[in-house]
Amino acid sequence: MKFELAKTGNLLIVKVSGELDHHFADEIRIRIDSELIKPPVRDILFDFNGLSFMDSSGIGMLMGRYKKVKALGGKAWIICNNPNATRILEMSGVFQFIEKCESIHDAV
Amino acid sequence: MSESMFCDMCNSKEINRLNAEFSAKSCNEKLARSLVSAMAVQLDPTIDELSDIVTAVSEAVTNCIIHGYGKINKKKEACIIKFECILYENAIEVGITDEGCGIEDIEKAREPLYTSSPEMERSGMGFTIMESFCDGFSVQSIVGEGTEIRLFKIFGGDNLCENTTIPQ
Ligand SMILES: Nc1ncnc2c1ncn2[C@@H]1O[C@H](COP(=O)(O)OP(=O)(O)OP(=O)(O)O)[C@@H](O)[C@H]1O
Ligand SMILES: [Mg+2]
Repeated sequence: MKFELAKTGNLLIVKVSGELDHHFADEIRIRIDSELIKPPVRDILFDFNGLSFMDSSGIGMLMGRYKKVKALGGKAWIICNNPNATRILEMSGVFQFIEKCESIHDAV
Repeated sequence: MSESMFCDMCNSKEINRLNAEFSAKSCNEKLARSLVSAMAVQLDPTIDELSDIVTAVSEAVTNCIIHGYGKINKKKEACIIKFECILYENAIEVGITDEGCGIEDIEKAREPLYTSSPEMERSGMGFTIMESFCDGFSVQSIVGEGTEIRLFKIFGGDNLCENTTIPQ
């Protein structure tokens, strides 16, 4: 798994590639949360285009972060082109809360 | 080790088998995915078929670690997950067993979005994913003794009628 964080204005961009399972979800969660407490960060964009695997651990990690940005008055987006991960996200209703978008430009 | 539950569902004989045991550590989730993948590719599955069974196995193993052994006061290294994989000519069966806390109400546990660990940010989708990604799925559990999950996936589902009989 590879994990990158970037910021532009209010937006925190989280780029995850490789395999997102319980083992790495715990690590990612801690690192995102330490950024979410630093103003002016309020919105979050997950870039999952490099993802090769995701299971339900990804759902919990995403929804947990969604709740945090919502509490800050912010918004969450996700980019994901992995068919398997997309199916899991659809099944669990994540797109009702975290808006699916095609590129970073949709969020900035 | 338990008997195959699904062999009736594919009228082909067993062609390969793998039994493994590993510690209930989260780094072994990837190991379990590699094991099932290495077995499954011998049947030349499609990318989707492979990813379905790999995801289902990842869910089952994660559950053993988080729920089965999660609240047990024992060193993680000493908590063992048993992994059994049986290959048929056109199908794969995987058994994943822990000797953890067991499940009190299996029916409730299988409901979509039910989780006993919302504080750990679990979403309650693991069983739902296993069921919808596989052609056969079973849970057996005894409180205080452990849980066994069996997953069954037919490869080449398009030829289902020719090669497969699903028991009535
Ligand atoms: N091996 C196990 N041992 C004990 N309890 C289990 C086991 N597997 C599942 N459970 C119980 O069944 C519930 C539902 O499991 P399921 O995998 O569907 O959801 P989850 O693990 O809570 O969340 P998610 O899989 O979405 O992260 C769990 O919350 C847990 O209470
Ligand atoms: Mg689970």
